[in-house]
This record gives sequence, structure tokens and C-alpha cells, in this order.
Amino acid sequence: MLLIDCPNCGPREESEFRPAGEAHIARPEDPQALDDEQWARYLYYRTNPKGLQFERWHHFYGCRQWFNVARDTVSHEIKAVYPMGAAKPKDLA
Amino acid sequence: MSARRWRLAEGGRIDRARPLGFSFNGRRYEGYAGDTLASALLASGVHLVGRSFKYHRPRGVMSAGVEETNALVQLGGGARSTPNVLATQLELFEGMAARSINCWPSVERDFGAAAGLVSRLLPAGFYYKTFMWPSGMWMGYEHFIRRAAGLGQAPREPDAERYVRRWEHVDVAVVGAGPAGLAAALAAGRAGARVLLCEQDREPGGALLSEAAEIDGRPALDWVAEAAAELDSMAEVTLLPRTTLFGYHDHNYLTAVERATDHLGADAPAHLPRERLWKVRARQVVLATGAIERPLVFADNDRPGIMLAGAARSYLKRFAARPGRMAVVFANNDGAYRAALELNAGGVAVTALVDPRPAPKGAWSEALEAGGVEHLAGHAVVATHGRKRIQGVEVAPVSPDGREITGRHRFITCDFLANSGGWNPAVHLFSQSGGRLGFDDELACFVPERARQPLRSAGAAKGSFALADCLAEGFAAGTGAAAESGFGDGKPPPTPAASPSPDPAPLACWQLPVARRAAKCFVDFHNDVTAADIALAAREGFVSVEHTKRYTTAGMGTDQGKTGNVNALAILARVRGEAIPAVGTTTFRPPYTPVTFGAIAGPDVGPLFLPERKTPIFPWHQARGAVFEPTGDWRRPRYYRENGEDMAAAVSRECLAVRNAVGITDSSTLGKIDIQGPDSLKLLDWVYTNAWGSLAVERCRYGLMLGEDGMVFDDGVTARLGERHYLMSTTSGGAGRVFDWLEEWLQCEWPHFAVDLTSVTTEWASIALAGPRARQVLAKLEPDFDIGAESLPHMAVAEGRVAGIPARVFRVSFTGELSYEINVPAGHGLALWLALMVAGEPEGITPFGLEALLTLRAEKGYIVDGVDTDGSITPHDLGMDWIVSRKKADFIGKRSLSRSFVAGAGRRQLVGLLTEDPAEVLPPGANVAGELRPKPPMPIAGNVTSSTFSPTLGRSIALALVKDGRSLIGQKVALPLAGKVVRAEVVRPLFYDPEGERLHG
Repeated sequence: MLLIDCPNCGPREESEFRPAGEAHIARPEDPQALDDEQWARYLYYRTNPKGLQFERWHHFYGCRQWFNVARDTVSHEIKAVYPMGAAKPKDLA
Repeated sequence: MSARRWRLAEGGRIDRARPLGFSFNGRRYEGYAGDTLASALLASGVHLVGRSFKYHRPRGVMSAGVEETNALVQLGGGARSTPNVLATQLELFEGMAARSINCWPSVERDFGAAAGLVSRLLPAGFYYKTFMWPSGMWMGYEHFIRRAAGLGQAPREPDAERYVRRWEHVDVAVVGAGPAGLAAALAAGRAGARVLLCEQDREPGGALLSEAAEIDGRPALDWVAEAAAELDSMAEVTLLPRTTLFGYHDHNYLTAVERATDHLGADAPAHLPRERLWKVRARQVVLATGAIERPLVFADNDRPGIMLAGAARSYLKRFAARPGRMAVVFANNDGAYRAALELNAGGVAVTALVDPRPAPKGAWSEALEAGGVEHLAGHAVVATHGRKRIQGVEVAPVSPDGREITGRHRFITCDFLANSGGWNPAVHLFSQSGGRLGFDDELACFVPERARQPLRSAGAAKGSFALADCLAEGFAAGTGAAAESGFGDGKPPPTPAASPSPDPAPLACWQLPVARRAAKCFVDFHNDVTAADIALAAREGFVSVEHTKRYTTAGMGTDQGKTGNVNALAILARVRGEAIPAVGTTTFRPPYTPVTFGAIAGPDVGPLFLPERKTPIFPWHQARGAVFEPTGDWRRPRYYRENGEDMAAAVSRECLAVRNAVGITDSSTLGKIDIQGPDSLKLLDWVYTNAWGSLAVERCRYGLMLGEDGMVFDDGVTARLGERHYLMSTTSGGAGRVFDWLEEWLQCEWPHFAVDLTSVTTEWASIALAGPRARQVLAKLEPDFDIGAESLPHMAVAEGRVAGIPARVFRVSFTGELSYEINVPAGHGLALWLALMVAGEPEGITPFGLEALLTLRAEKGYIVDGVDTDGSITPHDLGMDWIVSRKKADFIGKRSLSRSFVAGAGRRQLVGLLTEDPAEVLPPGANVAGELRPKPPMPIAGNVTSSTFSPTLGRSIALALVKDGRSLIGQKVALPLAGKVVRAEVVRPLFYDPEGERLHG
């Protein structure tokens, strides 16, 4: 079980959180202008990296806030926690 | 009489002043406080304790610890019965009743032993080969297999014991209280760190409890006692005995189970739980888990009376129990020589020491000779004799690599054989933590190579077997761990002098030659896997270690291969002609030793497993004889039983009351989300398919919510209560999901929206009054606002007081009748309900449940999300294009509705079905065939989603999702059911009051 440093509440057990997959997937500005494949890429395609992944987490049983986590999918080491809307940390991006 | 022959008159860590009576397989025995069940049995001369898993061979106690593969017992009876308990770990208590597992009728006379006679027919992969075909036969085989290849029996009654759970956060967690672990805990504790020291045994000391060793010139156990006392005096240090740390998870999260009262038997105080599950978060971890001795793989190495050498010494030294009287020791390492000498001096006459090494280097010969022990270097045991107890061995000279017999056999009589193939560091937790193992050729074992988490290994767990090294590494690890947690100066205390010194490494001989081919060389005793099985698996192509494991089941028993895995790997490596590191290891997974389901479930059982949600009106429903149904976490009345009627009669009565008079139902479970703020309208326009700008204050609108994939996700009515204030309702089951959904979009995509969301589902009790006389009933409660059809039309909302209670009244309907949904603060819910029941009595007010509600809405063709939709259905599929705005530039899911496969033909569409026989009620889920055929097979075009008997129409009705269903309206379809084919007409999914006149009444 991971120990996640919630930006609002501090380090808490993973069981208080819910993961929500890859972060930094912006909703297209004008979906109607996209063809089916471009839209499908937004909807379904994820990088699923072995190693560093930027992902969204939700402090479900806590402050209910969403935030971003940079996590190594192999070692589960959490490299950074940063607010929703912020850019990837410079040293990791 | 016989007991005296097996129990030493003095010595050992048992209390002869406290005799304890116990029974094993129905016979009475006596042991002492301090005994385990295994030691008490051995001290009573009992070696035969069980039957093997597959061949039902007689088996005896093999070890003195958690690695035991044979001495598994069923403990106690009734609701407290526990299967597969290790007799070697089980502390004796007065009145203990245990019995062998996997034998019938008794361990002495076991019918299953016939399997041993046909064992050539039970090779590796037997199940895979035999039970693949014909598949139907599995039903027959299974009964036989389950009985024959059994373990203990799961109790049939609910567990009567209590289990608790506890969290702990520490600086340093130390696993194992042997010399290395004690040293680590001392060093970390002295530095001021908060330390948790877990020990699976009842007392600290580890291997020192079972051997003659010295620290600082004094008996090592004196040092152990002083260390334990010092730890006890430190406020920040906790030593937990009888606690197995069984799981090492991510981010130094550890799970341990403490056996709090098992050792007390009937004397266990009632206020204490049976077991306590510890969930530990540690900054740093020290693994001082020791090592596990591995057996030699030789001919028929599983007879009762064959035991690991270290275990033999443990029984003698710690428990004062003689495991035999005339012993042969068979070993490839010097450590076993010390054991042999201690056995010989302690009352077990060792006649011979057999060692496959051609010229053992240690200066043992003199000591052996002085003890009268014949030293047979360059020899191996090539056969064993005796069924229920070993009676003798055959030895023969072997080649220097220990692989071939080079001379004549010789018989040696014995009643006991101690054997040792070297030691394996207990690297299980290290491996669980994600650390990488490396094979040490000199020690012939796997050792920790690279850690992935903040941990240190120390002592035998790291492959350091000398006592002085264990102490030095323990002090260093404890000091280092404390320093990294911010305690102490990082300088370890001086290490005391200690003996014994290290033993020369073993000869890596993994499988010894046999005198006769029929002999079985067991590798995994627990699952009856032999060296031949592993070789067979490799020959059949299962050369990957993970495949070999699964094919042969080596390492898959309750012991998880603690004694057998390394031998199995080595034998596989030999068959493959490769080095052991090239073969690799299987993955170690939690738990290290078996954990009870009780400990894992803890207190979360029965009503605490999943809390039930109840509405404020629940007590009334219960008193009125409601039959309840779970909806989400809620318990909602399904129907109200009157005068012994059945469900169909009750539902019919309730439906007709709503259609003809007035019904009342508790709809408090519907989700309610309060939405406020200047951007509320923007939010609604994004998450619903229809446009919300035109909705006036005090009006309601139905909305459909889609996922970004265009599929229907939830629906409900949202009311505009003020200029910037809305109340959204959701399905009962979808309340949480919808709230999460809105929050996600607001926080992740539209953080600039000024909107506040509050889940108010449980703030309000909600009561729906439905039926042509609903208005008369409501009027009697004297609302302080006009409820007439003009002032409060369909889809309007009014706020005021009803029966003096502050209320919101919504003209919304899920029944198709004139309907008022009255929301009052939850605390007033029951009062309002009672007032309505009184006011409605002259009108024949009838409470109705979920079943009637679902019937009434089906008559109207109203969908239920998750019943008539399944996450792959669009508004168009439902025939609800009218609710999808064409004017809005975008909303969630809009783009997906024009994807080629969504917009194209061939999709399942919602239709109604009317069976030819009006009495035939279709089973929900029934397949709908695309073509009319007299009997199956027929191509399936969809399925029934809702089906019921409509009391209003006096016939059965159904909703179904059928491929291109709307084009089939007016046609007949077939439904292949069990044993018959039913025909039905496809119709519009609306069976009653198509113009909606009653709704607007």
C-alpha cells in the first residue's frame, strides 16, 4: 500500500485515495473538429509506461481534492506530488 | 513408562512443575508448559503425525519451526476448529485436542495409502493430463480428488473468535528477535528511535534457544535475557512475541499477525481477541529473519523419524525431548557435525555420521571418535527402511561430486535420522519488498543482493551464520536505520565476543544417488513432489521455473516451499545443464506463513461488513411488514405484505391503488446534489445532453447524463430553486458516482467555474404521493401554497410548509400518475409520512414498494439506468433523441454520438415486447432472437431488460434492447427459453397512457 503525500492533508494511506489514470490529458478545444481517430486517441489511448508515469489521484476519503502524482510504475516510488492544473515538475518532465 | 524414555530428566526451556494434558487423534498425552505440540508428541514417542498430500505416505515431524511440511493438524472443534495448524509452532495448553489431517480412518490405518501403491500413475502434471478430457468427467473426478488430496477441514460454523486490527507508525521495524534482531533493536532503541520488534516465537533468542553458544564468555541466553530486559525498559520500544510479520508491501508498509490468546486455550481472557492484525508503516526496516535448514534429497527421505539436524538439536536442547535413541546423521556441512556431537552428548546415541564430502576440512574426527561416532566421509545414505518409523539406512561410498554410488551398500540400524543440506537465509520478506536476490556459490544459497526499499538485512538472513557476525551486523543495521530516521550519531556499539565461529560451507549436492529405482526422493514434502517429478516436468518442456512450479506444484503448499524451493531449483538447473542463477527463483508473495481469514477480516464481519443505509421512515416500513430489497447500500421496501398474500398479489394491489386512488412511497434514497453559484447553469449544460438556459425558477427538467464515450451514465430531474441555485436528483445507486463525476470535471477541467456542490441525499426525506387522488390527500395537510394544477403544474416546484413542516414539493412523476414528491428535513420524514397516512385514509392511501414502482414505470416505458442501459447505450438507442440538444456547441459525450459505429445501423434499441400469451412473463435477461425459428439455435439480436406482469393492463409486458429494434415494431420475434420458445410482438416501449394525460391531471 502506497503512502501518498496529499498536498492538502499530508502523508496518508493509499486506501484513502482513488487513482484515475494518466494525467495531463487535456480535453480537445473543439471535439467536433476532430475525426474519429483523433477523438478516440483522447478517449482511450494512454501511454502505460514502464517507469515514470504522471497520474491523477483523488483524496476520496479525505479532502476530496484531485491532484497529480509522478510515480514510478515499477518501483512505486513517488517522485513528486503537485496540484491539478500545474505543469509537470521541471526536473522530471 | 514410555514417556520417560523420550523426555530428558532435566534441562530445556520447559516447566516440569506445570504438566499439561492434551489429546492427539483421540489419545491422551501429557506435556509441559513451554512445549509445542510437536515437542510434546516427540517426548511421548510419537513420530507418526500425518499422511502426505498425494500418496498418503506416513509422515513425522520434520522441523521445529514455521517450515514444517508434515506435522499439520486440525485443532479444536465446532466454531473454533482451525485447519492446517503447524504442530511445531503450536504452544501446548491444557486440554488441547488436535488430530491429523488427510487420513481416513486414522493416521495409523489410512485407506488413501493405496495411492502410494499406484504412485507411478500419479506423476507430475497428473491433474492436467487426466482431467482435460472428457470435460464432463471432472464432476466425477472432483469428488474423489477433493477427498483424497485434502488438507484440513474448514469449519462449517461462523468463527466464534474475535479479531482486531491495529495501526502502528515506527522509525525502525525489526523482524526477528534472534541475536541479530535483538542487537538491531538495542542499537536503534538506544539511539532514541521508536522501534517495533516482531518475533514469531513465544520468546526472543532465535537459534540461541536451541544451541550451546557463548557471548562475552557467558551463556548466550544470559545476553538474550539482558537484551530483552533492556528493550523492555525503553519507552519507545515494543517487543511483540508470537507475532509473525507476514507481508512486506510498498513504501515500507508491513503486515503482521499477533497470536494474542491461542496459547492460553480455555484460560484465554474474554476481553482479549484471538489475533491482532498489525498494520505497520516504518521509516526503516531491519530484516533479521534468520535461516531455514534445507533437507538433503535422498532415497525415501520422508519416513517418520527423519528430521532436520537443527530441529533435532532444538528438540533436545530447548524442549528436553529425545527425537530418537539410536541416530544416524547425514549431512554435507560442518554445522551438522556440531549438532551431531550435541545430540550424542545429550542422550541420542549417534552411531554414524555420513557425509558425501570426500574430505571434510573441520577437525571433527577426534571429537567424533571420542564420542563413539563412526565417521563415513565420502558416503551417502542410498536407501532407508521402516514404514511408520525409520528402522535403518543403507549407506554406500559416492563419487566426490556426490552423484554416483561407487561401492557396496551397508546396512546401519537406527530409529532416527538427522539430515542437513545446508541453510537458506529466510529471504522471503526481502524478496516481497521487491529486493533482488543473488546466488552465493560458496554458501550455496540465495542471499539478498539489492534492496529496493529502505531496509537492511542482518545475520543469517543475509547469509552470515557466525554468531559474532550476526551481532555485529545487527548492531550496525540498527544504528544505521536509527540514524537515517534522525536518531543517534550513526556509530554502532562495540560487538561482544561470541562463539561458535563460522562453519565451512556445505558441498552443493542437490540430489543423492539411490540404491533402488523405486525409491522416492522428496523435494517438496508438503505437496509430495519428488526430484523425478521435476526432471519429468523439464523433459516435458516446462523449463521455466515458474512453469515447473505450477506443473509440479513444488512450493505451492501451505509452507510455500520453505524447505524445498532451493533444492527444486537446483535440480531443475541440473536437468537443464545450467547454473542456478540462470534458472532464477519463483516469486515470493505474502503471506510468509498462513494467516487466518479472521485476522484479515478483523471486526469487519456480519453487520459491520457493509453498513446498511436506512431511510428515516425505515421503522414504519418494518412495522408494516415490508419485505426489503437492497438498492445500493440502502434497504428499500420491495412490497408490503398484507394478510399473507404473495408478492404478485401485493404488487398488483399496490399498482392498482396508485392507478385508481393514491399510493405513497419512500423515495428518500434518490440522490440529491445541491448546486449553487454563478456558473451552475454552465455546469448543467456541460453534463446534461439537453439545454438548461430556458429553465425558469421553480421549474424542473429531466436530464440525461452521458460519459465522454457518449453512453448513458445516469438520469434524473433537476429543479431550479433560485437564480443560481439548483437541486439535482440522481438514481439511488448513482448518487455517489454522479457527485464524484461532477467534482472531477470541476476540479480537473473547469477549476475556474464558480460552483459549489453539496451532497444532500441524506439531509432530506423524500415521500412521493402518486395517483389521481394525490392532490386531495396533500391538500388535507394544508400546504401554505397553492397546489392546484395551474399554480403547481407538472414539472414545477414550490417551497413552503406542509403540515407545518418546511417542505419542497416537486410535481414530478415516475409512475405516470399525478404525483407530488415532498421533501422535508430528514428528521421530519417519519412525521410527514404518518400525517399523510392519516390524511389519505379516506382516499384509500396505499404504501407501495420498489417492485410496484418498477412495474408502474415499465408500463410508462421509463428507463432505469443500469437495468435498461448497460454502459453501451446512447440516447438514440433509447429513442430519446428529443433530449439531445442540437444547439449546444458541446457537452460531455457529444462528439462520441457521431462516431461511425455509434451513429450507424445495427445498434441495439429499446423496444417493448408483448408476449402472445398474455400470462407469460419473460425472465429478465432472456435472449431475443433476430429471426423467427421454431427451435434453437437461432441468432441472438438482443435481450429482455425489464419484464413484469402489468396489473393495470392485465397482461405481461417487457422492455428489451434489440438490434435495430425500432425497425421490427409490429413484427414477431422469438425468445428461446429453457425448454420452450416464446413468441412476442415488438411494440413501442410505452404501454399505458401514451398521451400522458394522467401525468398532467
